[in-house]
Amino acid sequence: MLKAGPIKERLATAVGSQNLRTATAGDSVCGVPPQFVAEPENEEQLASLLSCADDTGVAVVPRGRGTKLDWGNPPKRADVILSTARLDRVLEHAWADLTVTVQSGCTVQALQNMLVQHGQRLACDCLWPERATIGGLLSTNDSGGLRLRFGALRDLIIGVTLALPDGTLASSGGKVVKNVAGYDLPKLATGALGTLGVITRAVFRVHPLPHNTRTLSFSTENWHTMQQHALSIQDSKLAHAALQIRCTAGGRPSADILFEATEAGIHAQESQLRDLLGFTCPEQVAESVWKARQELWSPADSAAIAKISVLPAGIARVAENLEEIANSQKLQWQLVVQATGVGTLQLDGESNRLSAALEQLRAEVEGYGGSVVILRRPKALALLDAWGNPGDALPLMRAVKQQLDPKSTLNPGRFVGEI
Amino acid sequence: MNHDLLPQFRAVVGHSGLLSSPEELHTYECDGLTNFRVMPLAVLLPVNTEQVQGIVRICHRERIPFVARGSGTGLSGGALPVKNGIVISLARMNRILEVDLANARVVVEPGVINLEVTGRVQPRGYFYAPDPSSQSVCSIGGNVAENSGGAHCLKYGFTTTHVLGLEVVLPDGSIVHLGGKILDNPGYDLAGVFVGSEGTLGIATKVILRIVKRPECIRTLLAAFPSSNEAGAAVSDIIAAGMLPAAIEMMDNLAIQAAEAAVHANYPNCGALLLVELDGPIAEVQALMQSVEEICEKNGAWEIRVAQSDAERTLVWKGRKAAFAAMGRISPNYIVQDGVIPRTALPQVMSEITRLGREAGLRVANVFHAGDGNLHPLVLYDRHVAGQEQAAEALSYRILELCLAAGGSITGEHGVGEDKKYMMSQMFSEPDLTAMQRVRCAFDPLQLSNPTKIFPTPRMCGEKAGEYVPHPLESAGIAERF
Repeated sequence: MLKAGPIKERLATAVGSQNLRTATAGDSVCGVPPQFVAEPENEEQLASLLSCADDTGVAVVPRGRGTKLDWGNPPKRADVILSTARLDRVLEHAWADLTVTVQSGCTVQALQNMLVQHGQRLACDCLWPERATIGGLLSTNDSGGLRLRFGALRDLIIGVTLALPDGTLASSGGKVVKNVAGYDLPKLATGALGTLGVITRAVFRVHPLPHNTRTLSFSTENWHTMQQHALSIQDSKLAHAALQIRCTAGGRPSADILFEATEAGIHAQESQLRDLLGFTCPEQVAESVWKARQELWSPADSAAIAKISVLPAGIARVAENLEEIANSQKLQWQLVVQATGVGTLQLDGESNRLSAALEQLRAEVEGYGGSVVILRRPKALALLDAWGNPGDALPLMRAVKQQLDPKSTLNPGRFVGEI
Repeated sequence: MNHDLLPQFRAVVGHSGLLSSPEELHTYECDGLTNFRVMPLAVLLPVNTEQVQGIVRICHRERIPFVARGSGTGLSGGALPVKNGIVISLARMNRILEVDLANARVVVEPGVINLEVTGRVQPRGYFYAPDPSSQSVCSIGGNVAENSGGAHCLKYGFTTTHVLGLEVVLPDGSIVHLGGKILDNPGYDLAGVFVGSEGTLGIATKVILRIVKRPECIRTLLAAFPSSNEAGAAVSDIIAAGMLPAAIEMMDNLAIQAAEAAVHANYPNCGALLLVELDGPIAEVQALMQSVEEICEKNGAWEIRVAQSDAERTLVWKGRKAAFAAMGRISPNYIVQDGVIPRTALPQVMSEITRLGREAGLRVANVFHAGDGNLHPLVLYDRHVAGQEQAAEALSYRILELCLAAGGSITGEHGVGEDKKYMMSQMFSEPDLTAMQRVRCAFDPLQLSNPTKIFPTPRMCGEKAGEYVPHPLESAGIAERF
């Protein structure tokens, strides 16, 4: 517990007293209650608050709109929530150069609304775009089906400004798509869960909106056949933008394939797909199937959600592992996995069984080089490590953390290896 | 270096893996940027990760700086040896270790030549996308160090997009694995930081690459314009029409003349030549190529050709990729620069380059990746004319300042290296550079790995900016300030 009086005064001085409030129960982070919420109006106030917290030994949890605040392990301490909600402007859309500079508190949808005016988009189909902020999106490295064609956020971000715990505002990268001057800190910040610095602004390369889109779906009897079809499509000359496979416990796997092209291009590719699949006839479906990943979060908090990453040819194997483990533990499950091998799993049932199943699945998947990261845990699973094995680079990751956040001010204990 | 150490190095790499005579060392005193030269104390040629580790452990114990080197084709002096240091050449670690087509992964050693990766997977319809002009001789390890690009990175991305994992010998001799074959490994994206770090964070000994399926159809269009203004306007219109070509390249008249003299690519003699490549499904490419042709015509192209065969396409690219070396046909010496600008600043920057060249009394040929604003101005000079070399250097740096003033970068794909490290302070603020320096210290606290590159005033780890105060290690005689 902080000595509220003097520290509150110092924090208020740093960020402006009008921008600091006492936290409420709704501000808790994985059950850890903070004492204050700071909402700086600009980057300088944000950096000043962070520096003050670092000086006074106050732990800081950065927050956008809080859509993914429960990802990662519970923080060891969470004294102050540092909200980026007011840093919400699109600073520059250089549409002719296909770049955009945006503050971290801007929602993804607000950014997309700006980009669409010039027929462009940030080619990332993330979760809850209407509420998710750019900073949160980057920090959690969220990605959807479009990653197959356009890459992950690490491939779209070209510049970043970070507020470091010592109050430094440090930029890396730039505003041009091609740039190799200096270290690539935008990539370091992406997926770092706010443990190295607070992202205050980012620069992205953007892409033209597609001329036309069409989604086709097909089902198969079993995972083995689905895996063969998915690999055949990936090995073909088709230029699809996304390919996802959906399945629910006891059901047949279905695949959705998204084409983005001219009308002539789509028509030709649809024919090729039908030839490729033979007897498995794809049907045109509504674009809403691409919300399947997000819908996994819809049920109540009793279900666990995990991100699975395996090789593209290992999708059937992980699905079969899952089926076997879930059956033995009497759990319900749903899986949405992209052709890249990155998938989202919803697992529901009695908490002890959930915990055992996730640990067993993680052991299996890590055994063949994959990973299982638990994104949402029912309360009873609070002690289950979110991340799994980070490999032999963990000491190096700790060294990076030590250099940039030596007092562990930012999100203490939330990242891999208790970073 | 204490010469007693040579037997220790020899014990690691054997007689054939150690070069120490002056005649042998001369080969390694520079990379592709030949105006910087430093003789290394020795050159080590390991054949596997264990040997690299053995060498680096000796270097760490004895505080010997080392520079990793691939094929030595770099154009920023990144592989320039360090005074009192050794060079570790990865040229003999040149095996393709694994080809996994189902997962589109290839695992290679760092000395593998870029084009050999494509050569290995081409029969099954795949290719390795990063294609620097030197791809027939440059190594994957060097590409990793420099985050190399190439003409097709407009659509396919840079080396960093295609490197999924690395085995790295850190400067203390420990071995770590960054990233991996899967896309999302738990933890920081240290592979993303390592790629493009110019050999300052350690030595990559294995690289996991992603390969790409070759598209159904590739079409290459040549369009001749009166000047780069019209060609630049066509590029903007292509982008505005919502297209993302595989490549858009531009050459000015001087560059065209040189390329013609060198490889007879049959380029039209025009003010600016635009080369646009589209790839993808046939129906898609045909539809978009028609739009590209209309855009070029609308912007004043007086000749438009589409390569009709693979042989024609290869010749078109041969001329473009030979453009740097071709300058020897029209000038005794030249400096190639690598600035980047927002593409929309092209007309203004080109006219400034012309003005500056005129003022300096020097010719500047221009070859550039027009799609992403990466300029390669080639400043032509004769070193036998008194003062011309200095004037050319000054002009080339002035051009980089123009790029920065336009909101761009000092390097798009060649790296900072030795050549541009003093310009880093113009591009980045002191806090920016300090943050990068801290990351460096996490990897290499003693700053032994390529220590004099990238940063304008390298500081030892723990040293703060401001008045120079010797580091405790320096005072104790344990470490040296380079």
